[in-house]
Amino acid sequence: MSFTVPKELETELDELITHYPQKRSASLMFLHAIQEHFGFISPEAMEWTAKKLELQPINVYELVTFYPMFRTEKLGKYQIKVCRTLSCALGGSHALRDHFCQKLGLDSTKHEPQTTKDGKFTVEFVECLASCGTAPVVMINEDFHEGVSNQKADELLGRCK
Amino acid sequence: MSQEYRLILKNADQPGYTTDMDCYLRHGGYGALKKALALPVKDLPDGKKMTAQEQIREDVKASGLRGRGGAGFSCGLKWSFVDRKSGKPIYLICNADESEPGTFKDRQIIYKDPHQLVEGMIISCFANDVHLAYIYIRGEMPDGARILKKALADARAKNFLGKNILGSGYDLEIYVHRGAGAYICGEETGLIESLEGKRAYPRIKPPYFPAVLGLYMCPTIVNNVETLAAVKHIVTMGSAEYAKLGTPNNTGTRIVSVSGQVKKPGYFEVEVGKATIGELIFHEKFGGGLKDGRKLKAIIPGGSSSKVFKAGEKFKLKRKGADGQMTAVEVDMLDLPYDFDSLQQAGSMSGSGAIIVVDDSTDIVSVLANLSEFYAHESCGQCTPCREGSLWMNKALHRMSHGHGRKQDADYLLNIAQNIQGRTICAFGEACAWPVLSFVNKFKDEFVAKGAADEAKNHGGAGPTNEMKIAASPRAD
Ligand SMILES: Cc1cc2nc3c(=O)[nH]c(=O)nc-3n(C[C@H](O)[C@H](O)[C@H](O)COP(=O)(O)O)c2cc1C
Ligand code: SF4
Ligand code: FES
Repeated sequence: MSFTVPKELETELDELITHYPQKRSASLMFLHAIQEHFGFISPEAMEWTAKKLELQPINVYELVTFYPMFRTEKLGKYQIKVCRTLSCALGGSHALRDHFCQKLGLDSTKHEPQTTKDGKFTVEFVECLASCGTAPVVMINEDFHEGVSNQKADELLGRCK
Repeated sequence: MSQEYRLILKNADQPGYTTDMDCYLRHGGYGALKKALALPVKDLPDGKKMTAQEQIREDVKASGLRGRGGAGFSCGLKWSFVDRKSGKPIYLICNADESEPGTFKDRQIIYKDPHQLVEGMIISCFANDVHLAYIYIRGEMPDGARILKKALADARAKNFLGKNILGSGYDLEIYVHRGAGAYICGEETGLIESLEGKRAYPRIKPPYFPAVLGLYMCPTIVNNVETLAAVKHIVTMGSAEYAKLGTPNNTGTRIVSVSGQVKKPGYFEVEVGKATIGELIFHEKFGGGLKDGRKLKAIIPGGSSSKVFKAGEKFKLKRKGADGQMTAVEVDMLDLPYDFDSLQQAGSMSGSGAIIVVDDSTDIVSVLANLSEFYAHESCGQCTPCREGSLWMNKALHRMSHGHGRKQDADYLLNIAQNIQGRTICAFGEACAWPVLSFVNKFKDEFVAKGAADEAKNHGGAGPTNEMKIAASPRAD
């Protein structure tokens, strides 16, 4: 499979390389930019990244598997990340995740990320999002939501078109 | 003294205050940088001369500022360890990973007053002859990264960054680098590996002390966001004035994050050691107390890795009397001044300044199970005791919190935890062992009772009890 990077993205990536004395340092920022653009990081994207940064593909692959935010497959259009950790759990985040699962027809007993059949939503637990004072907190794609009640959760789902 | 003292967050929550350069300048922004760059060389009595950089470093040391990231190490001392003779470049990294559960203070600075961090960083870089620096921000703060990028671009446009800053001849670049969801990137050597484009595998010390062999094997300073923001104020006020804030050896202000089962969770900037842990939880101006009808069960005083306090615990603190004699006084855990030294004397730490409150409606086994799941997920996997131990502890606690406990589980957990601490490359080993050691030791009767009850039930044929949910439903708004 061929993998092409649009000109604009490549310019952005080239600029990122200039931030570091060693090219390899740019790899996390590369993977973020690629994932933002394509939705996930394919084996071809990893090879492309490795070549660009003068690395072996394994050097990139091991990053994608190590860092939880990177995806190797396309997930839902809206990725709902519910904080699982203590302060949010005390604030009801586990029941909140159940609520999301129930609303979207997903299995709340499963721990791993789950995507709805139509590919619209992915629900998953993530660890502390550094906003423990406004528990429970949720991220939907890049947007951050605090003090999410069931009612607020329904409103948020309603806004996902 | 039960009130906030807002130094770093002075402007952050004021109506109309924005993250824009103009707003920051209107509030006196970058004045400290101008002052720092213009410091004249000082003549010392012995005929030697002290450069502006040396004066700032000396000032930071004299201010008593201690790191706000977790370890509470003297910032000035850390800077003095930097190898300045190696001929290699010196790097500075701002640790904006803010990943210790319970902590949400750096977020306030980054999202509400980013220029303050940038200014503190530029001054710190200038003082340490750094020409290239990074802000390592956690991946889950995409907006934070954008805000910082804009702040840096605006600073560049005003020549607070870049070549020949404000005509001083000093050059500096700062870039934003994003993490990607791994807690271990908060550990400074893991962070450095990650910034080098590798998995965040912490390095062993010695020899890899960042001050000598850090980023690209060059001398490197890693400081927390709040620490670097404080540097700006030390330059503005002078070290003597700064050191008047707080208490001896615990100077300045600190942003404390209070979360969990209190009425008013939030962040509060206080003079270090001037408020007690009890005031921070119960006082109207802070946490506002427990929810109606609830009693205190436990406090995690300094981020999830710190050792838990059990309600009613008493500690012996060493205090210096008026006659200069050290005496031991007994204090209740709620009366502990919230500072570095008192919490350490009480066997725990103030860590990242994050207090998590647990009330009597909550099952203590499930609290520890929640934390252990975090550590099992976040171990980088390099050291066997940490990689395996964190998983075993999680497995046992998961079993316990799902109705399959055993009487001997408490001792089993203690045994595993004891075999992790002190046997690993980085302090994550302690971070995952300490909660288990302190929870199980201090609440042992509850862990044993839970195991016994499950055993009786399961052997009696009734089957396991249902999964215990920490809290039944999200809070009602
Ligand atoms: C497991 C682990 C996680 C850490 N996470 C953070 C963090 O998220 N933010 C931070 O500033 N320091 C964190 N630290 C502490 C850093 O290693 C380092 O001590 C700190 O950034 C130094 O800055 P300071 O001296 O200004 O506090 C962590 C340490 C460990 C062992
Ligand atoms: S103690 Fe744990 S987190 Fe730290 S290096 Fe070892 S395995 Fe990794
Ligand atoms: S525990 Fe959920 S944001 Fe920290």
